[in-house]
Amino acid sequence: MSIQEFLIPLLAAAIIAGTPILFAALGELITERAGIINLGVEGIMLMGAVSGFMAAVSTGNPWIGLLAAMLAGGALSLVHAFLTITLRANQVVTGLALTIFGTGFSGYLGKAYIGIPVPKPFAVTPLGPLADIPFIGPVFFQHDVLVYISYVLVIVIWYFLYHTRPGLNLRALGENPAAMDALGINVFRLRYLYVVIGGMLGGVGGAYLSLAYAPSWLENMTAGRGWIAVALVIFALWNPWRALMGAYLFGGIDALGFRLQVMGVQVSPFILKMLPYLFTVLILVIVVARQKGRLATPGALGLPYDREER
Amino acid sequence: MDRLTFKLEKRLTPSPVMVFIIPLVSVLLALLLGAIFLSLTGQKPIAVYTIMFTDSLGSKYGLTETIVKAIPLMLTGLGVSLAFKMKLWNIGAEGQLYMGAMGATWLPLNFPTLPGYIMIPGMIVLGMLAGGLWALLTAIPRAIWKVNEIITTLMLNYVAILWVDFLVFGPWRDPKGSNFPLTAAFPDAARLPGLFNSRIHAGLFFAFALAIILAIVYKYSRWGYSINVIGSSERAASYAGMNIKRNILLVMFISGAISGLAGMAEVSGIIGKLQHGISSGYGYTAIIVAWLSKLNPLAILIVSVLFGALQVGGYAVQVVGVPAAVATMLQGMILFFVLGGEIFTNYRIRLVSKKGEELRK
Repeated sequence: MSIQEFLIPLLAAAIIAGTPILFAALGELITERAGIINLGVEGIMLMGAVSGFMAAVSTGNPWIGLLAAMLAGGALSLVHAFLTITLRANQVVTGLALTIFGTGFSGYLGKAYIGIPVPKPFAVTPLGPLADIPFIGPVFFQHDVLVYISYVLVIVIWYFLYHTRPGLNLRALGENPAAMDALGINVFRLRYLYVVIGGMLGGVGGAYLSLAYAPSWLENMTAGRGWIAVALVIFALWNPWRALMGAYLFGGIDALGFRLQVMGVQVSPFILKMLPYLFTVLILVIVVARQKGRLATPGALGLPYDREER
Repeated sequence: MDRLTFKLEKRLTPSPVMVFIIPLVSVLLALLLGAIFLSLTGQKPIAVYTIMFTDSLGSKYGLTETIVKAIPLMLTGLGVSLAFKMKLWNIGAEGQLYMGAMGATWLPLNFPTLPGYIMIPGMIVLGMLAGGLWALLTAIPRAIWKVNEIITTLMLNYVAILWVDFLVFGPWRDPKGSNFPLTAAFPDAARLPGLFNSRIHAGLFFAFALAIILAIVYKYSRWGYSINVIGSSERAASYAGMNIKRNILLVMFISGAISGLAGMAEVSGIIGKLQHGISSGYGYTAIIVAWLSKLNPLAILIVSVLFGALQVGGYAVQVVGVPAAVATMLQGMILFFVLGGEIFTNYRIRLVSKKGEELRK
């Protein structure tokens, strides 16, 4: 087997496996930029996966599934927004509650859908002439539409954050909400907005699993990908390009483990399955240690905003 | 007329009445919301709740099972609550439980002929050590570089579960068993004694003893006090000369060790061997138990029984075709209401007119 024959499918698989994590991480990145930490990504992804699947099965249209997933993710994150922004609940525990609820509710709703195929999953559609470029084409441009959407999304979010006025406001929202308030910007409303957008993207990440990656529904099918997405945001230092690289790196580890298994490497499959989780811990420690505790964390992340407590 | 708005005023001390009322109301509201969800999805909520209640608390067998499920919840709940007190978000109790079970299993597998008075204490020590060291793995980077412990403890849950799978499907599989992923059955000396002629085992005493010890430590010891101070303000604690790094390591180790003990009690008291899936998410439910109990060790004992019942009830309703996940769903809802309700504990809510004129206290 030539190196190309091994590498191209591996890299292509890394992108596929990284895409659900990328969507969720981009959502969490936006949420955290607004100063709210949402640890419910795992639950949001599961709700997105199950709602998307149910809608796609009953309508036969994966796009309606995607829409349902966004609504489900948005609705669940709205609960997070209400509890943490309006009622000033602890953001860490609220996020955990979201994950526990999402795990339970998705399992409850999806029970009847286990083992059912999707009538029309998101299928591979090579992207015109781009797909014919040697090496680049098969790696990047022979996927389903959602993968291409994720590329565009990274560019859009990057441009929005660093080159537009509302993007500047978003960054300031997580750094210094009091200053934004003084400028007459409605901190509460904007935080609600970005938490919900973040949740919608988490829902898309879940739907990618159930409508393109798997494509099927299984209880707990995210298997920690939501948490990896949260870790990825720290790894990415809240930058969408780094989130993209990180997601594909994790996708690569995932795909590599699977490939080694198929190739008959004599390592227990349980040990291979550990790799993405161990890798997450390891890379998080390395990245944070290298920043020597001066991580570029948004200054007001995790703190409820209260006008009277400045 | 002026428009009226609500104004929040922070209370200096949490309202003691609300501390009791909020969890109670939360459970009721969660059941109500759960009933709405159930009927929207074509179930009969009253019938479902009746089964959940009678099968968990309404018979001797149900009550026994509820206590059996409550024991690991008590232990892991106590474990995470210790870390939460210091605002160390150890959500790795599930993995620490698995590692504790593994540590405890090592002894009877390798020295099956030890007498009980060495075997049981040995298993306790090894189980706690394994759980504690597993937690320490995340405490070290947290103490030195402030690496987010939420993510590292959670990731290690998956690793621990896969590690136990690896052992029971591989090197630790019972050679005499017919290819099932189980270790050999423990000798009798490695089994915790049962109580009241039932499946309830001596692990219940561990939980009671630890709850009392923790309650005393929190209330009377200097160390308990410093954990509290570090939890409320790290800066104040370091001005007061408290060693934060050492406390992070120590608290995480003990927190993990207590969850490790939960694992030991499961394999020694209930299952009698190590196998796949020894915990049904106790380590995650423990987070809700701890928060609902306001980290109070004695309250954790009581709340654990409630959540044990919820889990037993969840299994019971499967008979009428309701997924067991309904229990997890209700747990999440209870936590939502508790969290939302905390605003009444921590703030006084006043109705004021838009001009800022106060109308009513």
